[in-house]
Amino acid sequence: MSKTKENLIAVFGGTGLVVGFWLLVKLDIPSPFHYAALCLAFVFQAAWVEATVGLRRPIWARLCRIEAPIYFGLMVLLLWEGLVRSLGVAPVILPAPSAIAAQIATSLPTLWTDFAQTILKGAIPGFLIGAGAAFVVAIAIDRSPFLQRGLLPIGNFVAALPIVGLAPILVMWFGFDWQSKAAVVVVMVFFPILVNIVAGLQASERMQADLMATWGASYWQTLWKLRLPAAMPFIFNGLKIASTLALIGAIVAEFFGSPVYGMGFRISTEVGRLGLDMVWAEIAVAALAGTALYGAVSLIERWVTFWHPSQRH
Amino acid sequence: MSRALPVLSVLLGIVVIWYLASIWMNSTWVYDQAERAGTTISFAEMVPQTMDQERPLLPPPHQVGAELWKGLFGQAITSKRSLVYHAYVTFKGTMMGFGLGIIAGVLLAMAIVRFRVMDMSVMPWAIISQTVPIVALAPMIITVSSQMGIQGRDIPKAIIAAYLSFFPVLVSMVKGLRSPDQMQLDLLKTYGAGQGATFLKLRLPASMPYFFASLKVAIAASLVGTIVGELPTGAIEGLGARMLIGSQFGDPLIMWASLFAAAILAGLLIVAVGFVERFARRRMGVVG
Repeated sequence: MSKTKENLIAVFGGTGLVVGFWLLVKLDIPSPFHYAALCLAFVFQAAWVEATVGLRRPIWARLCRIEAPIYFGLMVLLLWEGLVRSLGVAPVILPAPSAIAAQIATSLPTLWTDFAQTILKGAIPGFLIGAGAAFVVAIAIDRSPFLQRGLLPIGNFVAALPIVGLAPILVMWFGFDWQSKAAVVVVMVFFPILVNIVAGLQASERMQADLMATWGASYWQTLWKLRLPAAMPFIFNGLKIASTLALIGAIVAEFFGSPVYGMGFRISTEVGRLGLDMVWAEIAVAALAGTALYGAVSLIERWVTFWHPSQRH
Repeated sequence: MSRALPVLSVLLGIVVIWYLASIWMNSTWVYDQAERAGTTISFAEMVPQTMDQERPLLPPPHQVGAELWKGLFGQAITSKRSLVYHAYVTFKGTMMGFGLGIIAGVLLAMAIVRFRVMDMSVMPWAIISQTVPIVALAPMIITVSSQMGIQGRDIPKAIIAAYLSFFPVLVSMVKGLRSPDQMQLDLLKTYGAGQGATFLKLRLPASMPYFFASLKVAIAASLVGTIVGELPTGAIEGLGARMLIGSQFGDPLIMWASLFAAAILAGLLIVAVGFVERFARRRMGVVG
């Protein structure tokens, strides 16, 4: 690619960026001109990223990898805001992002109480207990191929079932407070994690096991030094799936009865009162919590399974 | 045969544990009744009474089975009390969401494989979209679509189901469309094939095994989405709504029966997808 072409692309990309952020600041007068400018900025930006990655300049490519999703997200928010304002969409159908942000700012204490109830007391303890139980069961049946052959198909099947349906039953058993939410989460995360651990424990190769045997390693030493580390990519796969299931379980369980706080409770009551900006505020918190939980699991994964090909960049 | 025996014995173990648990959990009620009547009751007298309560804490398997049988075959399948009817409503929603999810997932995957900028800007958001608990969106999708004048619950349910089922299809299709190696791509280039021909003749066929593997996950996710979509705010049809009704009327038998009906539906759907997969693989000349 020639020098001029490169410069041209850089200018285009820069223009797209500047126009995009200018619109972001001046967003109170949406007009056809704004939409045209927005589309143009978007196309410029897209062309820039597409071309820059083609240049294979490591720094630019890496910058693009961070910038592109942020830019895309901002543009979507901008489009949303502009459409809501210029079409006069009623707030009971779709509140503007700015209205949602204002709602978040004014109701931080409520959001925090709900977050603490649903995520800190319901989802996370349930996730930890479920993962721990799955781990213990997986180790317990590890020595019995018979039990494994029986449990794996059943576990695979149960993992595909709509376990969410157990929520009303568990709420009936454990009452309305966080215990029942944690119980739903435990049941939801148990099978996906169990299936993955059992599959992971079978992942180490015959040759490696033989090597451990020649060194005179005991069952527990082999488990600790070879088979568990080899199982880690599978285990983290299960934990990642479970981290999103945990939030779903904790929120759904609140639809069947809860104290007068909690994210699921707030969402269902505010939907009834058509307070959609509060609902969106809760959704934003849920999205943040979900991403944070997923991100935390991924970070630990990178730290534990640094040796795995998928972690090498 | 080598798989049937272990599976059956684990199932048997589950049933035994279930019976013991229901004796244990339902005994409180029996003892309470006896105490209120001023009599004492022995263990041997207590056990039969835990087996056929009207509102047991944990109904034993045979009670659930009887309720399930009654729901499935006890009445005309058009009756509102028939589980077959409710399962059909859920099935309809699941299939609509499944179809939508496949279309969305495949189209997005095609765009992502074709344009690097899509890969970089949309893919992270697709991942984030799955960490948003869909149930937080479900009640809102339902009210908003009713305010926009969409009648019935089919469309909001399908949207929720599609939201959950598009992701596995997307991830697998991206992997599948990228699975042809450089050698094969180079060969097509020497034939003078353009982007379109490469896509149709190489990338698309190469992605098929990935596609079918993702369908099993997608259909299960779609069923979960549909049931979640039937849970909130006044649904009256579908297995999810049956669970909600059972919960509101404090009738555990309805809840357990609809839960098992949902499990049977899930099993049938997964088997059906597996069947389609095998058929397609055979037609494409892949042995297996």
